[in-house]
Amino acid sequence: MTKISDAFKNGKAFIGFITGGDPDIETTEKLLYTMSESGADLIEIGIPFSDPIAEGPVIQEASERALAAGCTTDKLFDLVAKVSPNLDTPIVFMTYINPIYTYGKEKFMSKCKECGIQGIIVPDLPYEEKDELTPECNKYGIDLISLIAPTSHERITMIAKEAKGFVYCVSSLGVTGVRSEITTDISAMTDLVRKATDIPCAIGFGISTPEQAKKMSADADGVIVGSAIVKIVAQYGKDSAEHVAEYVRSMKEAIS
Amino acid sequence: MKKGRFGEYGGQYIPETLMNAVKELDEAYEHYKNDPEFIKELDDLYKNYAGRPSLLYYAEKMTKDLGGAKIYLKREDLNHTGSHKINNVLGQILLAKKMGKTRVIAETGAGQHGVATATGAALMGMECEIFMGKLDTERQALNVYRMELLGAKVHPVSSGTGTLKDAVNETMREWTKRMDDTLYVLGSVMGPHPFPTIVRDFQKVISKEIKEQIMDKEGRLPDAVLACVGGGSNAMGAFYEFIPDKSVRLIGCEAAGLGADTPKTAATIATGSTGIFHGMKSLFCQDKYGQIAPVYSISAGLDYPGIGPEHAMLHDTGRAEYVPITDDEAVNAFEYLSKTEGIIPAIESSHAVAHAMKLAPTMSKDQIIVINISGRGDKDVAAIARYKGVNLYD
Repeated sequence: MTKISDAFKNGKAFIGFITGGDPDIETTEKLLYTMSESGADLIEIGIPFSDPIAEGPVIQEASERALAAGCTTDKLFDLVAKVSPNLDTPIVFMTYINPIYTYGKEKFMSKCKECGIQGIIVPDLPYEEKDELTPECNKYGIDLISLIAPTSHERITMIAKEAKGFVYCVSSLGVTGVRSEITTDISAMTDLVRKATDIPCAIGFGISTPEQAKKMSADADGVIVGSAIVKIVAQYGKDSAEHVAEYVRSMKEAIS
Repeated sequence: MKKGRFGEYGGQYIPETLMNAVKELDEAYEHYKNDPEFIKELDDLYKNYAGRPSLLYYAEKMTKDLGGAKIYLKREDLNHTGSHKINNVLGQILLAKKMGKTRVIAETGAGQHGVATATGAALMGMECEIFMGKLDTERQALNVYRMELLGAKVHPVSSGTGTLKDAVNETMREWTKRMDDTLYVLGSVMGPHPFPTIVRDFQKVISKEIKEQIMDKEGRLPDAVLACVGGGSNAMGAFYEFIPDKSVRLIGCEAAGLGADTPKTAATIATGSTGIFHGMKSLFCQDKYGQIAPVYSISAGLDYPGIGPEHAMLHDTGRAEYVPITDDEAVNAFEYLSKTEGIIPAIESSHAVAHAMKLAPTMSKDQIIVINISGRGDKDVAAIARYKGVNLYD
């Protein structure tokens, strides 16, 4: 089974996000294979949540579509269990703390381990509250990915020191979504991370074009792209696989 | 108890981007809450701008009609802007000013908190933007116009159910975009620490006054204090100073909508379970996968799928009781208080009046009930007319 650290062994990592169950589970299954084959080094599957406060309109709408189509946490566990043995790309879940808490923290992490999920990203679980999940994450060997933001400043060292898997650097203020320009001094953030830890550091939020990806990857070990992929899925629905494939290839090429 | 926790409830479950903003607020509040000048300025605003203390009125006709306990009404509806929301807003906006902020943002359900925030912003010369569920902008159109009149920009929120929870989501998203010059003036005893504590502290003036006024009028404490509960700020304010007085029953009245046993309800204590949302661990209406339920109530101010963390604790410890009140019961109480006492209560506050109508006849004549009339009902007249099938415009 591939690990998160494997994602960073193939040059700069391209990390792609899709909302699980958007527009349906079958399409998500196709997209997992397609993204892996087209060069994604790590795949984030979003477990849709009714009230995603860290997301912009693109992922909000994808979450609504997935939930309306009947996607549930259990259906995504089943899907990952089916697909992950055939993939050489590690998979992590991105979701909010409430779906994990309400499912049962222990049950959630044991299922993650069982079906081959390597880590989880929980945008509304900051450093101060991470003990909500660390005992269960540690027990089942699931990496709880830490996020740092442009406002983190003096918090970066504290967060990075205890980070697992990789450090998720949030490029900009605000919520997820495509941005025409990213003005944050990324290297100032990643320098602090590198002084505190040896684990890799990937940048996300707002990245959509190959040019942006190239620029951002200069200061990091990888780039994370969500909304731009989810937009393609929104446009082409069940037929989005080939369009996503083409996009992922162009992005991986830009950072290679 | 850990800082920012009420038993197991509370906490700071928010994106990393906001962490330094809430810490900055926490530090500022810890400093200014003991600052004599801040206390003096806020006191002056309460007295000379908001019209505090609000009256504690003996509802004699209602008492005689119900034939049981003596009923007093705490008249928060008489405050400037027409509800208890101004108590918290003046505190938070004064705090924002001391922190050097020039812009405030807020969510609103019924529009009362939005109107209060727009008012405070106008008074302090601050920029103000209000997020309000689209459905709520329709059922509370008058309040939208009031906010605009006061110089605020109102953003209708059409995501999700287009109600209070979606307005909170959108205000949080807006805050993560801009924190340097902006404070989120949260309207209820909810959200991440330090909001539940700050809002409670600015609202506890209600119970402090009730205590003084009832001692003055009756020479004794009341037997029960009733307040409606959505997020729970007026109830927390009305309960707080009575928490150590075990003889005083504290009763929160939740919005049951069409009934707590139907899906069209917003009664969190009656139907919810523990979860983590909007920055806090508390009780929420949700499904088994942790998806937040699309709640319903005739009252836009109580139409919220959660409850403040301190209420969740008071419920667990049994110190406060929580009862569900349906739309029909609330509308009936709205009309009853209007006709009996000549006081039109907010549809939110009418939930507490409705429970008093059930409770008072079961109590003896030497017992005392205080109902917190958290707001006035002028804003609800059109909606109640629609509910009753009256067409006001033809």
